[in-house]
Amino acid sequence: MDQALWISILAAAITAGTPILYAALGEVLAQRSGVMNLGVEGMMLIGAVTGFTFTVKMGSPWVGLLAAMGAAGVLALVHAFLTISLRANQVVSGLALTIFGTGLSGYLGKSMIGIPAPATFKQWLFPGLGKLPVLGPILFNQDSLVYITYILVPLLWFFVYRTKPGLHLRSTGENPAAADAVGVNIFATRYVYVVVGGMLSGVAGAYLSLAYAPSWLENMTAGRGWIAIALVIFAMWDPLRAMAGAYIFGGVDALTFRLQALGVVIPSFFLKMLPYLFTIIVLVIATRETVSRKSASPEALGLAYDREGR
Amino acid sequence: MRGPGFGIRLERRPRPSPVLAFMVPVMSVVLALVLGAVFLSLTGYSPAKVYSIMFDGAFGSKYGVSETVVKAIPLMLAGLGVSLAFRMLLWNIGAEGQLYMGAFAASWVALSFPGLPKPVLLTAMFLAGFAVGALWGLLPALPRAFLGVNEIITSLMLNYVALYWVDYLVYGPWKDPKGYNFPLTPPFSPSAQLPTLGNTRVHLGLVFGLIGAAVIWLILRRLKWGYEIRVIGESTPAARYAGMNIPRNILLVMMISGGLAGLAGMSEVSGITHRLQHGISPGYGYTAIIIAWLSKLNPVAIVGVSFLFSGLLVGGYSIQSSGLPAATVSMLQGAILFFVLGGDILINYRLRFRSGGAGGQSKGKAAPAAPSAAGPAGGTGE
Repeated sequence: MDQALWISILAAAITAGTPILYAALGEVLAQRSGVMNLGVEGMMLIGAVTGFTFTVKMGSPWVGLLAAMGAAGVLALVHAFLTISLRANQVVSGLALTIFGTGLSGYLGKSMIGIPAPATFKQWLFPGLGKLPVLGPILFNQDSLVYITYILVPLLWFFVYRTKPGLHLRSTGENPAAADAVGVNIFATRYVYVVVGGMLSGVAGAYLSLAYAPSWLENMTAGRGWIAIALVIFAMWDPLRAMAGAYIFGGVDALTFRLQALGVVIPSFFLKMLPYLFTIIVLVIATRETVSRKSASPEALGLAYDREGR
Repeated sequence: MRGPGFGIRLERRPRPSPVLAFMVPVMSVVLALVLGAVFLSLTGYSPAKVYSIMFDGAFGSKYGVSETVVKAIPLMLAGLGVSLAFRMLLWNIGAEGQLYMGAFAASWVALSFPGLPKPVLLTAMFLAGFAVGALWGLLPALPRAFLGVNEIITSLMLNYVALYWVDYLVYGPWKDPKGYNFPLTPPFSPSAQLPTLGNTRVHLGLVFGLIGAAVIWLILRRLKWGYEIRVIGESTPAARYAGMNIPRNILLVMMISGGLAGLAGMSEVSGITHRLQHGISPGYGYTAIIIAWLSKLNPVAIVGVSFLFSGLLVGGYSIQSSGLPAATVSMLQGAILFFVLGGDILINYRLRFRSGGAGGQSKGKAAPAAPSAAGPAGGTGE
């Protein structure tokens, strides 16, 4: 196979991995604070539809992006209220969010089907770095939202592991009672990260409808929200590992599109199964790893914090 | 310091309120409809008109009612399966895929042995549908039982795999050559079709659902095994301490759960479509999750709630002619679940709203113990 083809596959892997990455980063933050949010798929769909609608109405994808973050953030706030304040079951609330978001996005997006996006996030050659051999066309001929992740991911890593608020975030998810005792406001912390996590899911959705496949289609996330949640486990709640993982998933996605072009004669339905089967396999391997390394999920993940019940 | 949880304090009730236990699901449906009405009017539809079309579509005619009964069948079967797993805190989100695989297996039997006598063929289809649904449920159960792999994601991923598998068959090797290129298999022989009630589409699957509910009820209430399932669901460590075999229970429960969803698929192809085709389920497996939760995992309640949700679904189809997408219904379903979740807290807790920072426990440590002192024992903290 020639080099140009590999370069195009790797570049496509980054593009395809980016929406999963945004959603996974959001979920890393939420889960680090101790709240599992299974509503990623629903929040992404809401992000995709509002991002697209606002771009059509206002003409700027950046406005669309902000709207997507706002709308998905509001949905995340509902989850936060139910699970943090009312101590509702996190699994069921997240599922409700996905079902509600799927329905609402289909409802709101009905009039958007078939409309072309007036403006999108387009690829542009990063000045200087874009000229690098091999790496240039892979890493630096992308759209703005991809470039943002190059900064966002190391920043988040630094934030989580090397700063005081990051320490508070981790301790909120690991041992909320102890964190509470040293003065961390558990409820406020969880609210903030669940909502920020939701906003990142909104970006993920907007990426799909404004950069990856500029249009609106019902259920256009096609399970990527769930793949992002699986990725969080694979990444062991680490933003850097999430980035690596997202690109691997993106690579599988990109390959399935190109395998037939490469002359592989597998019916397309089997190729479409690949990302989901791959997710299952990766999850099994990752779980074995986390168990053997004893660096499992945040201790208090999934548990409502009851200040008086500790 | 701000009060925790935005100024809301929860105070445990001495005993759950039975009135609220009944009212919460009812009010949740009402509030979801109100929320839906707000959305409808905001987007330029008349809620009263849309809801009356929905109600009429689902319950207004003999055909509507029979359709509501027909659609309640897969919801009931999948809902029962899902609820049994939820009892053990096993989150089987894969009912949709298990339904598709059950439909696939039953169709394979029907298409391979069309000449068998009706009772034999239907029994074989029933068994195949249950068995393959159960196997599809076993797939996420094995890594969960032995490695602790999150079954939510694996069971969900398998939904997509099952969907594409059925699509592969109906677009490919099983496609009806006389089907004008539609994604469907040739029709089943008459002996592969479930008997129906009179001249309606209501089929024998209804009996599967009712018997299924009775069996699950018996397992949970009368068998030692049902007791084990309930104990494991309430406290896995306690169950382990009591010497219960948790991996074996995970496998068994997920197989029954998947098997029931598989039966839903079998009864759809054998009772309704009489062939395997693309999109045999409009998301029954997901709606089943809401039904199970709304019914408090009670098998008898599941039967009733299935009819309600089926009415919602049938009503949803009837509004499509007025330009609204069928997704409107899943929006309502999601909202119902939200309100149930929010309302559930009222059954066990009293909500106390605090104005401003009345807590004043800025230094933490032992202070939080004070306000709770009146709570658990007396419960008359008003």
